[in-house]
Amino acid sequence: MYFGDVNVSFTNSAFFMTLTVLTIWLFVAGGMRHASAVPGRWQSMVELTYEFIANMLYDTVGPEARRFFPFVFSLFMFILVANLIGMIPYTFTVTSHIIVTFSFAAFIFLTVTILGLFNHGFKFFTLFLPSGVPIFLAPLLVVIEFISYLTRPVSLSVRLFANMMAGHTMLKVIAGFVISLGAATYGVAGIIPLAFITALTGLEVIIAVLQAYVFAILTCIYLNDAYHIEH
Amino acid sequence: MEADAAKLIGAGLACTALIGAGIGIGNIFGSYLSGALRNPSAADGQRTNLLLGFALAEATGLFGLVIALILLFGF
Repeated sequence: MYFGDVNVSFTNSAFFMTLTVLTIWLFVAGGMRHASAVPGRWQSMVELTYEFIANMLYDTVGPEARRFFPFVFSLFMFILVANLIGMIPYTFTVTSHIIVTFSFAAFIFLTVTILGLFNHGFKFFTLFLPSGVPIFLAPLLVVIEFISYLTRPVSLSVRLFANMMAGHTMLKVIAGFVISLGAATYGVAGIIPLAFITALTGLEVIIAVLQAYVFAILTCIYLNDAYHIEH
Repeated sequence: MEADAAKLIGAGLACTALIGAGIGIGNIFGSYLSGALRNPSAADGQRTNLLLGFALAEATGLFGLVIALILLFGF
């Protein structure tokens, strides 16, 4: 399906992104349906996630980050649910494509840089010179700090992408071993890789949640850099 | 040497980055455990930093894995 020159077909990725957003919407809207001051179970869960992200944001940055709460909440919920939906067999993991994670990371990096420049003016560049550095070491340190600042979007995106892709690839490779070991020993020894896969799937679920959390908290830390430069 | 053979050797060598990842992760959790055993009440406050440090150490190892995959399937 083409819109002029651009391919806008509704791919697997688009379908699962829509499914992710739908799941999040059902979770939050369903929980807050009959909202009362004394929360029921579903409303408690929604309030727990709200409070978790709010505490994370306000502990890291401070009260002036209120305007970023919807963004960080949406980011965290999207990555979490996208990762978890990818753990269901026969689904597609949205965040296992570098273009998806790089879009998130590039957006965050540009937001933080522009916000930092807007808030602090040219004093933003004192971020690259930590305090208490002897003067002859300063030029080298500034270069190193600058390069490590520029690799922030790269590391942010590659971390999520590599974790998701490597996890799923490993599961598929060991699943292949189930077939080949099972075929070689009349189905007996195939149980060993299967036990591995069971354990690894549990690990992958933990990693899915952890990577969403790490992405969100690194976003909060980078936002803190935009608001508070204590050098 | 053919390019395919060099690619496979290069991919294998790139995975040695995971040595550092293993050491780093063990270091982080070991420090957290020894600190938590000395001062259990302060352990919960550092849980955030523990998970953050674990993910950052793991990511560095996975960068090596990404290089290996680029070598295998990118060229």
